[in-house]
Amino acid sequence: MEVVLAFVVGGLYAAGLYLMMRRSIVKIILGLALLGHAANLLLFTMGRLTRGHPPVLHEGDTQLLHPFADPIPEALILTAIVIGFGIQAFATALIRRSHEMMQTDDLDKMRASDSSD
Amino acid sequence: MASLPALLTLYFAQYVPRTAAGECFIFKTPWASAAEVSLSFSLDGLSVLFALLISGIGTLVCIYSGDYLKDHPQRGRFFCTLFLFMGSMLGVVLADHGIVLFVFWELTSISSYLLIGFDHRREAARSAALQALLVTGAGGLALLAGLILLGQAGGSMELSTLVHRGEAVRSHPLHLAIFLLILVGAFTKSAQFPFHFWLPNAMEAPTPVSTYLHSATMVKAGIYLLARLAPIWEGASIWSQVLIPVGGLTLLTGAALALVQTDLKRLLAYTTVSALGIMTLLLGIGSVSALQAATAFLLAHALYKGALFLVVGILDHEAGTREVTELGGLGGAMPVTALAAALAALSSAGFPPFLGFLAKEGMYSATLQAPGAWLPTGMVLLASVSFVAAAGLVGFKPFLGPKITASRTPHEASFSLWIGPLTAGILGLLLGLMPGAASEYLIGPALSAIHPGTVSSTLALWHGFDIKLLLSGTVFLLGTAVYFHWPRVCRGLNFLNASGGFAPSRWYAFGLEALLRVSRFQTRILQSGHLHLYLLIVILTTIGLVGASLLDHDVHVGLGRWKDIRPHEAILVAVILAATVMVVRSPSRLTAVVALGVVGYGVAMIFLLFSAPDLAMTQLSIETLSVILLVLVIFRLPRYSSYSNKLERMRDAGVALTAGALMTALILAATALQREARLVDFFAKNTLELAQGRNVVNVILVDFRGVDTLGEITVLSVAAIGVYALLKLKDIRTNDTTPRND
Repeated sequence: MEVVLAFVVGGLYAAGLYLMMRRSIVKIILGLALLGHAANLLLFTMGRLTRGHPPVLHEGDTQLLHPFADPIPEALILTAIVIGFGIQAFATALIRRSHEMMQTDDLDKMRASDSSD
Repeated sequence: MASLPALLTLYFAQYVPRTAAGECFIFKTPWASAAEVSLSFSLDGLSVLFALLISGIGTLVCIYSGDYLKDHPQRGRFFCTLFLFMGSMLGVVLADHGIVLFVFWELTSISSYLLIGFDHRREAARSAALQALLVTGAGGLALLAGLILLGQAGGSMELSTLVHRGEAVRSHPLHLAIFLLILVGAFTKSAQFPFHFWLPNAMEAPTPVSTYLHSATMVKAGIYLLARLAPIWEGASIWSQVLIPVGGLTLLTGAALALVQTDLKRLLAYTTVSALGIMTLLLGIGSVSALQAATAFLLAHALYKGALFLVVGILDHEAGTREVTELGGLGGAMPVTALAAALAALSSAGFPPFLGFLAKEGMYSATLQAPGAWLPTGMVLLASVSFVAAAGLVGFKPFLGPKITASRTPHEASFSLWIGPLTAGILGLLLGLMPGAASEYLIGPALSAIHPGTVSSTLALWHGFDIKLLLSGTVFLLGTAVYFHWPRVCRGLNFLNASGGFAPSRWYAFGLEALLRVSRFQTRILQSGHLHLYLLIVILTTIGLVGASLLDHDVHVGLGRWKDIRPHEAILVAVILAATVMVVRSPSRLTAVVALGVVGYGVAMIFLLFSAPDLAMTQLSIETLSVILLVLVIFRLPRYSSYSNKLERMRDAGVALTAGALMTALILAATALQREARLVDFFAKNTLELAQGRNVVNVILVDFRGVDTLGEITVLSVAAIGVYALLKLKDIRTNDTTPRND
């Protein structure tokens, strides 16, 4: 299954990077979100895939017994999902604001932010 | 102001009797011990000679500058940089560790830059300063490389150790590179051909600076380095094969170009170039008599050239010009200056019994004994003829003959102006009259540092009637003839000004222009101001770097790895990929946002299927929030529009797909490897015992890595404040009713 996820991650990276390279600012937010997914899945795949054995201790056990999924990438991804959301929310607000201020959504035309000309 | 260098002079002078007895003082203290660099200094005969010159002439220059720049508003800055230079220069000649030497070496370049460009409002001064910095700085880099390689070859960075390891260095495979790199460093600093052009241009500096840095001390740093390292290449044929031609070319270039200058400072600068060429030539010959002549000439030159420069400064100050054709008959008005000028000029011309005479005699005897005697002797003779003429032009012409009316009436300079050149001139005479003392205390000890084993030097005023005296006399007559026919000589040699002599400075200009062009081109390409181009460059660089290292790994996409896929997983993956394509291709914003939501839910399902229920829950809730947020603001966002043309889209798509393929290959290569999981076992064992929790992921987040989570909360809070501020911020323009014209 790692092989398949490798292609999914590749596809997400390609789509995310392509959108990030657009000049329209809305597409950049979407690209950012796709890149976030790509990075999370990359980490996840690196921890190897295990079906049906979450890293949770069974009732009565004093320690986690094999087989179980690697908890470390999971902990990292959990953090990354939340942070990714924060970034996306901020970027969305920022883009809305800059569009309001500069009356364009073309990045190449956003050259002067502090003068009104 | 001058008391500090005066005290330093006394301090170094007290070491003279002991270094003369062959003692060597070493001072060492750890500095960057991790890199095995220690601040080590050594004081032997050679160092003492240079240290005395630096602090002694420094004293004279300080006294002089106090008056010369009396009314200058930035006198403080001048003295600050001058003392910075003095300290650095002392560091160069005292340093025993290669790296320490390099650091001080670079400091002299930097302080020289600041001093040449002291009059920073003039374009000429700035570009001359930059030129000197670039030329000597480039040489400094070469020197650093050379010194490091030398240290590796010789097994030590201490110069005092290295000079005994000549065998090891000379048999090192990189020996030629070491040799040439060090020479480039020394030649750029000491203005050897083809790097000589920066020195005359450096005359843009105030005259005390030209005196101090560009005739008496800094330009001799290269000579010092050559002398210091000479024992390593003692007897090696490559040493003389390079140094003799370079020195010869330099001395001829300097001697010829000196005679076509009308500005006294530039004239002196070219004779300095020529003198430095002579020293290199003598070091290249390498016999005891040549080294002795080089040392004696170094001392004599520092004294007379320093004095002559100071005299030119006085003339400039009092008569308002440095043009040789506009000066004459000032002797009556400025008798003391005229005396100082005459003393220095006579030493410069090699007139007995001045120190210059002893040095010239030494030169002739050294070149006469050298292999192929007549070629080096002839070159030195030509340079000496030029020196005699130059000495006449600087030391006598302004003071003798008919008075040329200048714009102001010149009068005698003040005490602090003339005391410097007079002292230096008298010293040149005294040392010439006492050759025994000069050899015993100054020249001999220095000589034994350059050429270990030589204890005594045999400087003498009178050798009897021999060929050297004949040569001296001939040179004197020829030089006087050139002096009297100078206008004609100047015209005759004028073609040099237009042609060959300046070629290296044209290379410099060309190189500088090319460098600027490359950097402009590079900036235009790399710093275009377009975000998408920056990204493109970053992505391409990553592809290049990661891809190159991936080539060493096997990427397995064998059938065996596809076996375990289950149907529902395959469908899920297909949905995610299809939704991704839709996000990219959809012409509508809303469709794209919905497709993005599908991707997010699909990823959540993957988490769920592969044993990460916590991730799945978080992803589901966050994804719902994101979609709601995007849908809410989507109608406030601009409509989709396409700004790029098809070609750009194809290019970006190609790059993005390559990057995606690279990530795929990376995962395939990485997952094919066995991995080590020590950390996992720790969490598996200790979750319940140490943290009293059963869900390992949760325990990691809130307990083992609790501080990380605190950081995460902080980031989210900051983002929330940012979002709030962005939404609440009032548009300034809507409140501003008056139209802005600025």
